[in-house]
Amino acid sequence: MTRLTRLILFALGGTVMAVAFVLAALDLPHFGTSYHPYRDLAVPAAVQHHTANVVSAVNFDQRAIDTFGEESILIASVVGAAALLRPSKEETERLVPDLGRTLQSTRLIGYVLLPVTLVIGFDVVLHGGVTPGGGFQGGVVLATGLHLLYVAGSYPALDRLRPVTTFEIADSVGAAGFAVIGLIGLASTGAFLGDFLPQGALGQIVSTGTVQVLSGVVGVEVVGGMVVLLSRFFEQEITVQTGDD
Amino acid sequence: MTALVVVALTVVALAGTAVVLADAPERQAVSLSVFGTTLVILFVVLQAPDVALSELGVGTAIVPLMVMLTIRTMRKDRARDHEEDE
Amino acid sequence: MAVYAYLVAGYLILAGSYGIVRSRHLVHAIVCLSVAQAGTYVLLIAVGYQRGGATAPVFGSTTKPNKHVVDPVVQAMTLTDIVVSATVTALLLALAIQINKRHGTVDPDDLAALRG
Repeated sequence: MTRLTRLILFALGGTVMAVAFVLAALDLPHFGTSYHPYRDLAVPAAVQHHTANVVSAVNFDQRAIDTFGEESILIASVVGAAALLRPSKEETERLVPDLGRTLQSTRLIGYVLLPVTLVIGFDVVLHGGVTPGGGFQGGVVLATGLHLLYVAGSYPALDRLRPVTTFEIADSVGAAGFAVIGLIGLASTGAFLGDFLPQGALGQIVSTGTVQVLSGVVGVEVVGGMVVLLSRFFEQEITVQTGDD
Repeated sequence: MTALVVVALTVVALAGTAVVLADAPERQAVSLSVFGTTLVILFVVLQAPDVALSELGVGTAIVPLMVMLTIRTMRKDRARDHEEDE
Repeated sequence: MAVYAYLVAGYLILAGSYGIVRSRHLVHAIVCLSVAQAGTYVLLIAVGYQRGGATAPVFGSTTKPNKHVVDPVVQAMTLTDIVVSATVTALLLALAIQINKRHGTVDPDDLAALRG
């Protein structure tokens, strides 16, 4: 197919889609409406299970089975990408010297922000049931924080602080943990991912039953997955060389 | 609809356009990160702090970093191929 | 004016698709795909929004549980998808790297010519 035919096809399809979308948008409840039937069901359910952050309650309690599916997609993509990016037979890895071409001020900011981001990341994972946050967001913040070491200009330091095997194991342990907790729930409450832990008062960190545990497990999985992925991309870019040199 | 929401939405649309129209993928890594930041602001304005946190890590840092590393890997591989040809 | 947020979402989806169609570089196409995906996030969050001072669906000592909050269900769907889509984007980028290694080009049109 030539570029021109492709563009003409897209113009036709795009026009149809645009018209249909506008018609659909005009028929949707108006932006900012107070009619939210799902909200009216989700909020009481979350309060009943003493989870202050309703978003976490939806993710790890009311729709936990859906999250189980999502995190399966996550681990499948991580495994796929890692397999595609591993060095092939004719490529060998080589250690790179610390190039040290980063500005001193950038280095300083990187090193100062590193512990701050890690602390924030842990906080976001651990308080996911109570304040905005949870395993998905916290895991991402932690993985980003670790890579500030690269911004600070030290790939070897990043390499030392980040034993990739550990994170590979963390990724799979996190994914398996979610299923195990689900099965324990099945055994003790009769429903997969049923909440079998005692619950406290709303707003306390231990109040949320399995929400907190599942959130932590997902946090471990996300941080593992992201670190493994980024490390593979770094390997391709920095350390992989062809055999001859 | 408040003016703040309108402004945030418009900025997102403009930043998205910039990403699509940037032809060189190297520049896209940067404009994608800017686009991610505008989305973070929109989500905060629309009272979605959880989503904003998620987008903050993924949209402004991790994905642009992967895109950048991919482009540099490709350039390195391409340069190597040329050496072998000569 | 009340549908502006939805229109921005639809615009992002179409703009991203347009970028993919006219792309001359696989990485460019992947980045455009993530713009189109962002359109779905904007749509979901816009559907869940409530004006008039509705707060985020997070309660605490200052905000007692009440129903004057934005819809938490769409937010939950969006935030998991943002993280999961990052790994899917990584998978696509990894594919692009391998295609570049094997064929020495990442122009979709050249790749189509290579097949057979």
